[in-house]
Amino acid sequence: MKYKSQNVGSKSTGFHNLYQPKPTIPETMNAVIGLEDGTILHGTGFGSECEVSGELVFTTQFTGYEEALTDPSYRGQILMFAYPLIGNYGVNPDAFQSSGMQAEGLVVREVCDHPSHHQHKESVHEFLEREGKPGIAGIDTRHLTIKTREHGTLRAALIVDGSSGGIDGESAVELARGQPDISEIDLISQVTCKKPYHIEGSGKKVALIDLGIKQNILRSLERRGLDISVFPATATATEVMSAGPDILFLSNGPGDPTQAKSAIGVVSELAGTLPVAGICLGHQVIALALGCETYKLKFGHRGANQPVKDLQSGKVYISSQNHGFAVDNASIEGTGIKITQINTNDGTIEGFEHPDLDVLSVQYHPEAHPGPRDTERWFFDRVAGRARAD
Amino acid sequence: MPKDPTIKKILLIGSGPILIGQAAEFDFSGSQACQSLAEEGVSVVLVNSNPATIMTDPETADAVYIEPLTPEVIEKIIEIERPDGLIAGFGGQTGLNLTTELAESGALDKYNVKLLGTPLKAIYDTEDRELFKQAMEKIGEPVPRSRAVSTIKDALALIPKLGLPLIVRPAYTLGGAGGGIAYTRDDLRRICELGLNRSRINQVLVEESVLGWKEFEYEVIRDSGDTCITICNMENFDPMGIHTGESIVVTPSQTLSDNEHQMLRSAAINIIRFLGIEGGCNIQFAVKDGKYVIVEVNPRVSRSSALASKATGYPIARVAAKIAIGLNLDEIRNDVTGETPASFEPAIDYVVAKIPRWPFDKFVTADNTLTTAMKSTGEVMAIGRTIEEALLKAVRSLDIGMSFGAAGTGTGTAADNWTPDQIRELLKTPTDQRLFVMYHALRTGFSSEEISELTSIDPFFLQKLKNIIEIEDRIKPGSCPEKVVLRDAKRIGLTDERIAELAGVTREAVTDQRHDQGILPVYKMVDTCAAEFAAKTPYYYSCYEDECEINPTSRKKVLILGAGPIRIGQGIEFDYCTVHAVISLREEGIETHIVNNNPETVSTDFDTSDKLFFEPLTLEDVMNIIERERPYGVCVQFGGQTSVNLAIPLAKEIARRPDLDTRILGTSPDDMDLAEDRKRFNQLLAGLGIPQPEAGYATSKEEAHVASDGIGYPVLVRPSYVLGGRAMEIVYDSDDLDRYMREAVRVSPDHPVLIDDFLEGAVEIDCDAVCDGTDVLIGAIMEHIEEAGIHSGDSACVIPPQSLSPDIMDTVRDYVTRIALALNVRGLINLQLAEKDGVVYVLEANPRSSRTIPFVSKAVGIPLAKIAAKVIVGKTLQELGYADEPVPQCVSVKEVLLPFDKLPGADPILGPEMRSTGEVMGMDHDYGTAYYKAQLAAGNRLPTKGTVFLSIRDADKGRIVDIARKLRSTGLQLIGTGGTVTHLRDHGVAAITPSASTPGTEIFSRVLPIKKVSEGSPNVVDLIRAGKVDLIVNTPRSKQGRRDGYEIRRAAVDFSVPYITTIQAAVAAGDAITVAARAEGGVGVAAVREYHEG
Repeated sequence: MKYKSQNVGSKSTGFHNLYQPKPTIPETMNAVIGLEDGTILHGTGFGSECEVSGELVFTTQFTGYEEALTDPSYRGQILMFAYPLIGNYGVNPDAFQSSGMQAEGLVVREVCDHPSHHQHKESVHEFLEREGKPGIAGIDTRHLTIKTREHGTLRAALIVDGSSGGIDGESAVELARGQPDISEIDLISQVTCKKPYHIEGSGKKVALIDLGIKQNILRSLERRGLDISVFPATATATEVMSAGPDILFLSNGPGDPTQAKSAIGVVSELAGTLPVAGICLGHQVIALALGCETYKLKFGHRGANQPVKDLQSGKVYISSQNHGFAVDNASIEGTGIKITQINTNDGTIEGFEHPDLDVLSVQYHPEAHPGPRDTERWFFDRVAGRARAD
Repeated sequence: MPKDPTIKKILLIGSGPILIGQAAEFDFSGSQACQSLAEEGVSVVLVNSNPATIMTDPETADAVYIEPLTPEVIEKIIEIERPDGLIAGFGGQTGLNLTTELAESGALDKYNVKLLGTPLKAIYDTEDRELFKQAMEKIGEPVPRSRAVSTIKDALALIPKLGLPLIVRPAYTLGGAGGGIAYTRDDLRRICELGLNRSRINQVLVEESVLGWKEFEYEVIRDSGDTCITICNMENFDPMGIHTGESIVVTPSQTLSDNEHQMLRSAAINIIRFLGIEGGCNIQFAVKDGKYVIVEVNPRVSRSSALASKATGYPIARVAAKIAIGLNLDEIRNDVTGETPASFEPAIDYVVAKIPRWPFDKFVTADNTLTTAMKSTGEVMAIGRTIEEALLKAVRSLDIGMSFGAAGTGTGTAADNWTPDQIRELLKTPTDQRLFVMYHALRTGFSSEEISELTSIDPFFLQKLKNIIEIEDRIKPGSCPEKVVLRDAKRIGLTDERIAELAGVTREAVTDQRHDQGILPVYKMVDTCAAEFAAKTPYYYSCYEDECEINPTSRKKVLILGAGPIRIGQGIEFDYCTVHAVISLREEGIETHIVNNNPETVSTDFDTSDKLFFEPLTLEDVMNIIERERPYGVCVQFGGQTSVNLAIPLAKEIARRPDLDTRILGTSPDDMDLAEDRKRFNQLLAGLGIPQPEAGYATSKEEAHVASDGIGYPVLVRPSYVLGGRAMEIVYDSDDLDRYMREAVRVSPDHPVLIDDFLEGAVEIDCDAVCDGTDVLIGAIMEHIEEAGIHSGDSACVIPPQSLSPDIMDTVRDYVTRIALALNVRGLINLQLAEKDGVVYVLEANPRSSRTIPFVSKAVGIPLAKIAAKVIVGKTLQELGYADEPVPQCVSVKEVLLPFDKLPGADPILGPEMRSTGEVMGMDHDYGTAYYKAQLAAGNRLPTKGTVFLSIRDADKGRIVDIARKLRSTGLQLIGTGGTVTHLRDHGVAAITPSASTPGTEIFSRVLPIKKVSEGSPNVVDLIRAGKVDLIVNTPRSKQGRRDGYEIRRAAVDFSVPYITTIQAAVAAGDAITVAARAEGGVGVAAVREYHEG
């Protein structure tokens, strides 16, 4: 990381006075967001002057913008926060889930120009500017959320321009319409690691296929002393087995799971040989490998308040989620998969096991960051325990 | 788990009267719980002593008891009703304490009553500081370091270990009494000395201070299947050291990172799990730089949970009630979406701000410093898309005539004259004014850093105030701001009025320009899910965004204005009336909307009305709703003074707008003015031949003397311009008048004083009625049981009157009827009258709801506010079947609760200005028992043994003898002042055998003369302080008598001794004590329904 710790504590109030007298966002930044349905909304730009396109998705979490913006699962998507105030506590790289911003752009009602937090290193504007990504503020985000809810996820384009003239909203709409559907884009190759790497641990061995992993999945595994070999999405079964793993783990990642062809193949080949576990996209990949089907949700689940009911204990856990695709309940039949957890909002599959093949998989994010930690121990302890001993 | 089939009947305990620290929130949660249990087919028995509650309406529960909240009374109710379960968590601290006592006494086991919701152990673990500390340590949750000590030496020895300042909390005292913050060694010595004395186990807890840390709260719910969810979190704007009830609060948290938020959320779940609560719980954290300690846990629904319910739309009490009878969260439907279950965490896409409402306008001498003890009476909530918008809305919801930038912030000096040092001092010491001081400081060039250092408030929030100033500065004087500026100003939350003030134009000009430019608010829905799911909640707030989510129907609609925050003089009674009006109009098939800003109330429950607008009650905010919804009428008469004050401005503004045909429903604004305007009202009464106390009018000191001499002392004087809050006073002679004119008022031709004959010794009478223009329905006539000259809101009263002759009653009826008709009243009217020497005088007429409506409705069993609402929309009393005045079938006594014990420095004086915060009701078949119950419910335990002090004025001496005999016959000892004692001796009461000669007995065991307070020691005040008096009966005469009365009352307040000031009350007390002494095991109880059946 390129940050050095700064001594920013103040004397008596206990507030690390990062109070900046001058706003950092140039006043002249114009911005526009255009949707494929012809909607054009003008706002104030921040971050970098550029244009991006992608799927417009909303998340309902009110904290955790640092984690969400750096979550590789948001690749190919313009991220909009339903909560109106974003950036209040600034940006602290310790919270990052990858090396930098992954979402294509950011849409908010208000971006905080004067963050206040003891760990704050830069503002959201500064972060986006440094990452070369655009943001738009002043948007009636609830309006766009309702639109998304009613019409399903829409393709969008975001343009930020510092020149004095107005921006043509139509060009944003054109850009949005020119964007291919997310299912047609190979996003995983953009976010997976380029070559394998190893995180040493004293415990059992995990072979992990990186489809766009969040750092906290690695942290949760590391915390349990597991020895982790991380492979790119294109790794073969032979490569994976060369690590001598006790368990195969499939990470989260962006886009349509059917794009993860190599990983699906690896799971089909190794399931039964090795215990398999997965999260989010990895969960969908496992399902596809075991013969299930996946489908695109109307507008996905994104937020930190999604209820997951564990069918065995009857308890409901609150989970962090970020997915646009889901495993088709109807396709489970005959695969040997046992649904263990469901979403109490809409009945979609949140977790399954395959007792014969020793598979454990969840749709939500037990590693949290952002979001509740209700299932961190439950899931990762089981992953660690499930790793097959030599 | 599905519902527990063994639970068929549940007892729910209400929280009793409104007090500082306990407002309307428990009526909201209790009513919601009743409704929720009824939905599950469980029968509910409800007990509460507060009549001004929706929960005590006959429709709310299967059996309603309006009885004193004591363990003995509740045990009797249990004996009669035999409930299967008791839910403790809905009656606030009162409910918890009673439950504990019932469990400890074995009453719950005896009658096989299951304790549901909050387990007993959780109550102990959270209420007892030492057990709390142990519990938290057991599960690894940090608490401030502390040590229980029994000597000052041990306390001082903790300084090196824990550091200064230190918090001292005496064990087993209520509300932190006797504790405090020690900044120095001397402070610690002093506070511990006091605290050790106050503690019944001679122990204080000395705790490490987390003053200045940030404070956060989490609302958590757990079900019996161990599913735990958090409803929301809240961030206190003010730092630790200020009670969260006294703090400005925003929801959700603003300055916590996800990592910190999840850390606190996990801790909250850890705690509720350990405590084993099945239901709701509130957990408070102090946080600094990513570290936290647990400050407090409330194992029940609370004021914060009411706020959380309103802030998120998630009905915590409703869900907690269902959990208590065994249902799990995923088996309970989320009523907001109608589709998804209650097992989720609400997501919000707006900002909520809460500001407390303090009573310092009524108690000018009270210390207005905000501390760890509560002083506020109520609160307002506002919703906006930004913090600035929410804060500005909340400020105007307070209805205190203050806004950012308004000069003179209520501290006596105009803000513009403050020196920087004065500002620093005002910033350092938190008071109710600090928000305004911060704004002023920023305006005058203070840096955020300096303000943050002085206040410990996060600079994040100061920047928000600065943003408001920046927008204000873009408004240039001279003309209406251009479109972009105007839009930004509205988006940040500035009112048309404020913009007009800054631009130097009229408010109307700004409003009109806004309309021309299409800058109009839209309404967004509060839906628990940040729009993720389509919701059905008709719960809205305004903002200046693009999309409006309300779809006005073409039905006949009425907008009802609510009452705003609970404050002295405008309590829960007006919310009760508002809710009744809504229910009544919905029964008539009218689409009924509410606008209100008080989160504690039933009226702001989203399923009370067809649409709820959570908005400030100002002309602009109400007009915006009218413009959008176009109701045929607006009701102003139910919400008390706040809404009544809007009648004329609304009528004027609507008249200015030819496109609007909305009407003010009910009594016309002009007729309301006729009743308000003293001159016009005097003429009206003169025309009707109805007597009024003689009155005068003075524009100078000299004129005041002339007028007072003409009327004859004592006189009641009131200024039209109030200086320092001391408004009305009874003046006894010309010296007194000089003092009053010098100290209390500024008199001038523009600001005259009004002088009325003070009818000393009169019996005051209240009457509530409904008029449809043709007929008048008298709800009840009430006789006051407090001396004349005390505000009717502070006076105990009784239905039916006990000392008024049938002729007097008829005269009252005649006057009420004629005045109501002359004022063209449509709906409610309240009259205040007085009877002296057989003459009935009319003191005032208020053509609107009054604070006695719920009491009257419950005493006679007729819903006056509902009837009034129907009359307002055109029904006649004949049609409704309410032609005749109801005949009370029982005796009902109302008693008030005074906040003097909560407000250090406040003069415990009763007078023409209202002081009380709430009321209780006692019902029974006879006056004595009803009075006894009312006193018991108000916390005044009339003694059946011990000593009674009597000081009776000559006019009352005739009646005291009989009372004294009764008291004596129950075994009470009597003592009194010289004249009273002589009189009693002369009439044979002195024949009581003196026993002073018996060694070891009290010297007061016969009627002994005691000095008057003004005569020196030993007087009654000394005896009260020595704990030797159990009841005081003092009917004062003259100025000196009243002055003495103040000192006696102060002592009575401090030492919780019942204090009676009228012979009417003394008669009642004599009967009450006789009844109580005779009744085996206390007085009987009955459901309200049974009392009404006679």
